[in-house]
Amino acid sequence: MAVTQPNTDLVIANRRETRNRWLLLLPSIVILLAAAVGPLIVVVIYSFLTAGDYGGVVWHFSWDGWLGVFTTSDPFDGTLSLANAHISILWRSVKLSFLTTLFCLILGFPTAYFIATRPVTQRDGWMLLITIPFWTNLLIRTFAIMGLIRNEGLANGLLEWLGIIDHPIQMMFTDFAILLGMVYVYLPLMVLPLYASMERLNFSLIDAAYDLYATPFRVLRRVIVPAVKPGVVAGSILVFVPSLGAYVIPRILGGGTQLMLGNLIELQFGQARNWPLGAALSLTLLVMVTVALIVYVRASANEGD
Amino acid sequence: MIEVDRIHVRFGEGPGAFIALNDVSVTINESEFFTLLGPSGCGKTTLLRSIAGFIHPSGGAIRLAGQNILSLPPFKRPVNTVFQNYALFPHMTVAENVGFGLEMLGRPRAEIAATVEEMLALVKMTAMASRRPSELSGGQQQRVALARALAPKPKVLLLDESLSALDLKLRKEMQIELKRLQSETGITFIFVTHDQEEALTMSDRIAVMSAGTIRQIGTPREIYDHPRERFVADFIGDTNFVQANLSADGTVELPGGARIRAGLQEDAAVAARPVTLVIRPEQTVLEQVPEKAPLSGVLENVVYCGTDTHYHLMLADGARFVVRRQNNPARPVTFEKGQRLGIGFEPQAVQVLEG
Repeated sequence: MAVTQPNTDLVIANRRETRNRWLLLLPSIVILLAAAVGPLIVVVIYSFLTAGDYGGVVWHFSWDGWLGVFTTSDPFDGTLSLANAHISILWRSVKLSFLTTLFCLILGFPTAYFIATRPVTQRDGWMLLITIPFWTNLLIRTFAIMGLIRNEGLANGLLEWLGIIDHPIQMMFTDFAILLGMVYVYLPLMVLPLYASMERLNFSLIDAAYDLYATPFRVLRRVIVPAVKPGVVAGSILVFVPSLGAYVIPRILGGGTQLMLGNLIELQFGQARNWPLGAALSLTLLVMVTVALIVYVRASANEGD
Repeated sequence: MIEVDRIHVRFGEGPGAFIALNDVSVTINESEFFTLLGPSGCGKTTLLRSIAGFIHPSGGAIRLAGQNILSLPPFKRPVNTVFQNYALFPHMTVAENVGFGLEMLGRPRAEIAATVEEMLALVKMTAMASRRPSELSGGQQQRVALARALAPKPKVLLLDESLSALDLKLRKEMQIELKRLQSETGITFIFVTHDQEEALTMSDRIAVMSAGTIRQIGTPREIYDHPRERFVADFIGDTNFVQANLSADGTVELPGGARIRAGLQEDAAVAARPVTLVIRPEQTVLEQVPEKAPLSGVLENVVYCGTDTHYHLMLADGARFVVRRQNNPARPVTFEKGQRLGIGFEPQAVQVLEG
């Protein structure tokens, strides 16, 4: 008895510790459930319901939301055909997000490298310049771009004044306008993680590679890029994911014609009054992002070995 | 073989500019183990990095086998460096690190594999070929860094304080190892260090540097036994400086009045003037009877150092003087603090410096 007594105490103490641990975790679990898991479940349920005539949903099971993602039914005979409009919007979203990520990387990499190679005392100042656009509202920044590229805008005005063009180039309401806006808005999200990993880069590695007959390009490819790969992966994810769901930028710079997924989803909850389709489209976007992330992270993890 | 000709390096502009190398010239022979020795900030690393190509001197020339390499970028110079913190590529294996230089030179795969194997055997790291640098100890990383720099068979190997990150025991081991590698490969080694003992034990010749200039070049023995100026004498080994007066007859008057005959440097004129004598602590002995010795002093302190004991004395003119005596339990000696003792030495132990 005297021997087993301390053991029982230990068991009770362990149990108490486990309970305390769960109690301490409770706030974060509640937040996660309320803010992430809960709404997601609502979206999943809504995607399987019937659309109400004036928006909202009717509590009646239906596949229509999911069928509507890729197909469209003929209003007269009800036959299903491929929803070309949706597919072209999907394609545009993927294409523009990919290009946005690519251009952000091309522009962000040298920018981050430049800042990381400045004297320590100057780096914070340069980083401040990178983050300043964040202080202004996204809408205002997007309208500012509009001011630059519209037909009577600064860019066309300058080109005409220089005599390079006779008529203004139509830039607004094109894929180019959306791309320009997204690259501009998301560039800091690329520069920040890139800079973070470049700041930690051991610059004597670069010296060592130069010393061992590597040309500047090979130093970049064989030493710098592998060393800052975590920053490249993080930056690309931070740019690609919000690009895929972008709403404000394509809405303003793409006008009503060049829709992206975000606009299509908004349309379902607004004018089209098709909440189940909107929910299904949202989940489609979620799946696309998840698949893209898995593929990208796997690919970039293998590449280094 | 490597000829550094009036190299001038300055950092910054205008009156605030720092002159890192002030028209430094030195010629380093083929297959020589040459050491640049000096305190931090003396310009030794700047000189090394100028040879490697990382620093662009504003004047002068660096000739390798007669050809001026100053305009070549680092990746076109047949010179390799072992960096202070090794700078091994963390995302590559040991073998990939060692083969990197050859790969960049575009050598065939089979040749790279053979050389990598040979180099790893040379530094006794064959078993670690597929490890990552992060899985190696400091000494092992050091060996890999050496193998990597030696693999492209450079004409000159530059070593930048390469042993300073190792602990004492490992450092001693690597000193012997480096010397062995140098004689086995026949490559010219230019070694930078602030550790005078390291420089003395490994080098064929040493250049002692200070404030952007070379103060003296010579074999370790020349530098130690015949320092040409106070800075060199002070920097290399422990030294006693004794103020004395040189007479026109070539004799030197010591504090306390004794006169000795001391060897002057060949180019020094024989004329009456104050001079400084350099006397190494281990080349002196203590005498119980002060009158028998050329110098004498009052014993102030006795410091036991294991292999030997240091006796700190105060001379007649108030200067400090250290005598080193090897400890030998078979012949114990006791000197009392406050006792006046003679300091004996041979005339050859005395170096005469100007001023």
